[in-house]
Amino acid sequence: MANAVCKATRESFGMALCEMAKTNNDIVVLDADLAAATKTSIFQKEFPHRFFDCGIAEANMIGVAAGLATAGKIPVAASFAMFSTGRAYEQIRNSVAYPNLNVKIAGSHAGISTGEDGATHQCLEDIALMRTLPGMTVLNPADHFEMMEATKAAVNHTGPVYIRLGRLAIDSFNNPEAYKFELGKGITLHEGNDVAVIASGLVVNEARKAVLALESEGIKARLINIHTIKPIDREIIIKAAKECKQIITVEEHNIIGGLADAVCEVTSSECPVKVTRIGVNDRFGYSGPAWELLEKFGLTEKNIGNVIRQTVKIK
Amino acid sequence: MDGNAQLKILAAKARLGAIIGTYHAKSGHPGGSLSAADIFTYLYFREMNVNPKNPDMNDRDRFVLSKGHCCPSLYAVLALKGYFDWDELKSLRHVGAMLQGHPDMKGTPGIDMSSGSLGQGISAACGMALSAKLDKKDYRVYTVLGDGECEEGQVWEALMFASHNKLDNLVVIVDQNGLQIDGTVEEVAGIEPLDKKFESFGFEVAKIDGHSFDEIADALNKAKNTKGKPFAILMKTVKGKGVSFMENQVGWHGKACNDEEFKIAVKELEDEIARLEVEV
Repeated sequence: MANAVCKATRESFGMALCEMAKTNNDIVVLDADLAAATKTSIFQKEFPHRFFDCGIAEANMIGVAAGLATAGKIPVAASFAMFSTGRAYEQIRNSVAYPNLNVKIAGSHAGISTGEDGATHQCLEDIALMRTLPGMTVLNPADHFEMMEATKAAVNHTGPVYIRLGRLAIDSFNNPEAYKFELGKGITLHEGNDVAVIASGLVVNEARKAVLALESEGIKARLINIHTIKPIDREIIIKAAKECKQIITVEEHNIIGGLADAVCEVTSSECPVKVTRIGVNDRFGYSGPAWELLEKFGLTEKNIGNVIRQTVKIK
Repeated sequence: MDGNAQLKILAAKARLGAIIGTYHAKSGHPGGSLSAADIFTYLYFREMNVNPKNPDMNDRDRFVLSKGHCCPSLYAVLALKGYFDWDELKSLRHVGAMLQGHPDMKGTPGIDMSSGSLGQGISAACGMALSAKLDKKDYRVYTVLGDGECEEGQVWEALMFASHNKLDNLVVIVDQNGLQIDGTVEEVAGIEPLDKKFESFGFEVAKIDGHSFDEIADALNKAKNTKGKPFAILMKTVKGKGVSFMENQVGWHGKACNDEEFKIAVKELEDEIARLEVEV
């Protein structure tokens, strides 16, 4: 694709914030000593007076964001997903979600693709934590263009939003000319009725490569990108369950509490079908280069392709 | 005539409201509500620029009750100020009531921040004060913490944030009634010397008697005249103040009066109000 870029979604996030802040004076960005890593540093450079480094104190950062929101600001509080959603979970619940304040929480370095830092920094539970909070919107964009649009949608949406950012530079696959982000709407990337592959985040492109490669074997898999995990697109899931009869979910998150559960919550009540879950199987990660880890955990094209093949064979 | 007689009457009524609310709820936190009743009364009737007819007024002063469990007397002060009817107090903690067990900014007029999980309100107060600075507004932000609450790590994160960002429009008030659920603060997890700790965290500090309106007035005036750094008021108070059998009793942290205790408490406070009204 002519417009393809290779970029970490954290960088796209920083760029989008900067772009929006040019016309929106209410945006205030907070970080907890990780601005260089979360890429809020891009915003900091252009808007130093609207950027506050809270230091290594995430609980207070979330509270400060809540206070700013009561006064009409649009605070964006960023840190690694482990700390912004994990360390400060209760602050998000009681000071942000309960009063339904207009706070945007960013979690960078999410998933095992954080790599060498290992298990303490590879957050695999952030989506589960945020998804259970009433009123919280949960976004997990898949590439540069989607993250740019998702960040803008998060800022424009009134209410609390969690947005998941990745550390790893990844190839974009969306066509920026045609791409349209709609909060709460999944995107069908490939048509097919043999099985529905529902993916979210960094692994969408891996699933896309697997689905395209299987065409030559005569396997027609449907591929759906879920960038908004909450509120989830019920319609697109029910339609997939009815027409494809089988679903495979793919996520860089514990298979408990994330996309897989969100999909099963819809199918179990609306159209029960078999759901095969690809993700991190209720365990912690470990140190290593990102792509090696993704391979080991079965989150790359190869394993996704194998699972699709097996699933279609026993259908 | 005592220049503070009107305030004293209002504070006694606030205490009565806290007793009535928790009695009808059959639960709640009377002890700390009574120790903080005087500061709530002073803030809403003398200090803050607020408008009960327009609770969300732009540029109003803000109040965050970081020790959210002490809301029964705050609710009573809000009712006395005219935010809602006094009779609402009788439905405190009831299903469908406006007055929740801990402050709910979405449901109760006059409540600027939901709170109740200790250590969190002070951070929100910092965010409000920061917002005023960003907008070059001169509204001020007040927050009341418990002394037991100062055991929360988040309080100290917030104090560092406030002084680092020179939030001289923020007043942090600590209600030092000396008691928490498991015993005295010093027995459970001592926090002294609290003044030295606040000073070393970059605060200007006043130590006062939290039941003296003159000392409260003096400290709040000092706070207004302090530039470039945040201000802390450490007030020594009596938990359960104003009801004889509750004063300085650990057991009255989180339980309501039974019928007999209720009658005694109401009589004591009504007698006090009658006595003060004669003075006026």
